[in-house]
Amino acid sequence: MDWLIDAGSTGHKFALMFVAIALFVVVMGAILLAVDRPKRVPGWVVAAAFLGPTVLGLGFGLVYPGLRTIWGSLLDSKGNAFVGLENYVRVFSEDQFQTVLRNTLMWVILVPVLATLIGLVYAVLVDRTRFEYLAKTLIFLPMAISMVGAGIIWKFVYEFRPDQPGVNQIGILNQLLVWLGLPPQQFLLGEPANTLFLIAVMIWIQTGFAMTVLSAAIKAIPDDIVEAARLDGLHGAKMFRFITVPSIRPALVVVVTTIAMGTLKVFDIVRTMTGGNFGTSVVANEFYVQSFRIRDLGLGAALAVILFVLVIPLVIYNVRQLRIAEEIR
Amino acid sequence: MNSMGRRRSQITAASAAGLLILVGACSTDTDGGSDGENTAAAIDCSQFEQYGDLEGKTISVYTSIVDPEAEEQRASYAPFEECTGAEIEYEGSREFEAQLPVRLTAGNPPDIAYIPQPGFLKSLVEDFPDVVVPAGESVVSNANEFYTPEWVDYGTVDGKLYATPLGANVKSFVWYSPSAFADAGYEVPTTWDELMDLSQQIADDGAIPWCAGIESGEATGWPATDWVEDVVLRTAGPEVYDQWVNHEIPFNDPQIVAALGTVGDILKNDTFVNGGLGGVTSIATAPWNESANGIPDGTCWLHRAANFYQANWDESLEVAEDGDVYAFYLPGKTADDKPLLGGGEFVTAFSDRPEVEAFHAYLSSPEWANAKASVTGQGWFSANSGLDASLLQSPIDQLSYELLTDPSYTFRFDGSDQMPGAVGAGTFWTEMTAWVASDKSDEDVLAAIEASWPSS
Repeated sequence: MDWLIDAGSTGHKFALMFVAIALFVVVMGAILLAVDRPKRVPGWVVAAAFLGPTVLGLGFGLVYPGLRTIWGSLLDSKGNAFVGLENYVRVFSEDQFQTVLRNTLMWVILVPVLATLIGLVYAVLVDRTRFEYLAKTLIFLPMAISMVGAGIIWKFVYEFRPDQPGVNQIGILNQLLVWLGLPPQQFLLGEPANTLFLIAVMIWIQTGFAMTVLSAAIKAIPDDIVEAARLDGLHGAKMFRFITVPSIRPALVVVVTTIAMGTLKVFDIVRTMTGGNFGTSVVANEFYVQSFRIRDLGLGAALAVILFVLVIPLVIYNVRQLRIAEEIR
Repeated sequence: MNSMGRRRSQITAASAAGLLILVGACSTDTDGGSDGENTAAAIDCSQFEQYGDLEGKTISVYTSIVDPEAEEQRASYAPFEECTGAEIEYEGSREFEAQLPVRLTAGNPPDIAYIPQPGFLKSLVEDFPDVVVPAGESVVSNANEFYTPEWVDYGTVDGKLYATPLGANVKSFVWYSPSAFADAGYEVPTTWDELMDLSQQIADDGAIPWCAGIESGEATGWPATDWVEDVVLRTAGPEVYDQWVNHEIPFNDPQIVAALGTVGDILKNDTFVNGGLGGVTSIATAPWNESANGIPDGTCWLHRAANFYQANWDESLEVAEDGDVYAFYLPGKTADDKPLLGGGEFVTAFSDRPEVEAFHAYLSSPEWANAKASVTGQGWFSANSGLDASLLQSPIDQLSYELLTDPSYTFRFDGSDQMPGAVGAGTFWTEMTAWVASDKSDEDVLAAIEASWPSS
């Protein structure tokens, strides 16, 4: 048994890895073999064989921790005594958490709407132009940068130095302001505008995703519909309003809800750029701070549950829209 | 193991090379890196016989100290590893404070951890009474022999010694440029009033005297808490300071309000801050480890920071009493009133295996302190009375050690490090950030921190 648990050398670890792979092959082989056996196997066994591992994995990896977190949110800071809904009362009544909830609301409304809007307009504008390929690549590039990377880049963009002799600006935005004869600004300090400057980073990342999906949807609009509309005298804005948008509605919904879900969970940008200071914290960041730095486990769990509850309706809506789209097809 | 061993021999080789260069060039460079005399050949193993033969044993160490300092840590274990045969598995993590409780909860503790705050140690002992192991006999006798009762006390919870001091630091320093001071005819102040007069004089001469920065990622605000602690020690005295840290008086006691006001006389005074960085609010966004860059540039004159700030100076600057940058003692009310604020890390064990206790004893011994001093270029010293101060390689470390061991100075440990985490690593940071960032009033800041103090 010790040999299986305690791997010291690289060779030993490799040996263990092969043992694990062999076990996997044996188990899967047994399942597949059992499934392949002729009719006598009842249907529920087949279903259990296929679904069983998934259900077990989900149960142990998702449902159990989820229930534990919900239970933990009803306990005190050390996870010992039952305190009922006190943690939730604190989250919804104390000033600092109201700021957190307000910020999260700003994020979850502004990012999906603006990212989708910009992505959609951009996709329509560059559609079937000569430089479409290049234009799309440019706006898609930020998607390839990690959130932490983007946070660091934009922190430099917003970097502040005073306008005085012997001091050079190192942030591009403030340098632009100085060139225009304006005083440099502390972009990340003033509440609540600083949250908007953080939101800009997320939009910068997500617009590429929105643009790509919507552009593909626009190209999938059947030519006969477009031509028929054109014969009926539709052009420009009206074409966009009455043909393009209704035709890609399922794709729009998916894009908006996907970005909204990602935005609800935003953590990296806030943590990298302000650390949640200056009134910029969001639920995910506050959850981490409370759980791991302040070590108020009950409050941290309550914030995690709130985040979970906020995501649920988005997931349900997203799944339903996908279903409807499939039924239409 | 292999990569560890290779790294160690590289260090040894690099040290030897450094030594050769030093000998050859007769260099006067004060910042020569790890040019230690601690090469393998020089080790006297007789002192290690007490630990016995630990061949084949491994001891895991988990800390918040990451490279480049971690390399010096590993190098200082070499004598122990070579003489006893034990192997130290070193792991440094920036997420140490968040991850250690997680590892303890999960039943996966390291053998040894270096805990930077006595308050954190106390909460670990309370939360995990069965996992944190009280120090063994050899460790206790080392602690009592080589450390003052105060330092032993920081590692003691409920009358039991759990942790011994590792490194130490002194925070009551003001960094300045000796050469610029000489050119301008300024004198190093010896009382608080002289310090304020000097600040006014620099301001009258057309410059902004002070620079400060408290941005430190999610720990933003901690340098400001050191400011408050240093001033409380000076305006209210060490007794009140102890009562305040232990919450025997409210956090917003009138004497603390007065102290914060005194801090504000400098940090919230637009004619005194923030040299080279902007106005008062720029203190909140200036990274703490870059905030004194204006001193060699001439845009700032004074910067209150600990001895370990020297790691942040550009390598071309000479850190010396007559060099480019140096630090003077942040003066007290009078020249005889000399409170000293400092901090340190503490070694805690989570296993009572004999090899773990042996390594813990080694880390609390003068042999380790001297081995560490000889492989460290700058930015480290210890409160160990057996430390040979001549091994310290940087003048500011020597000065720090001198002040720490000088009985005319009254030492007090960093208060925020002793407070409960919700305050000392929570509201104290965030409220001080709000104090500068959104000009929150002294009373409101202290009242908000008082309200957040855990009830039990």
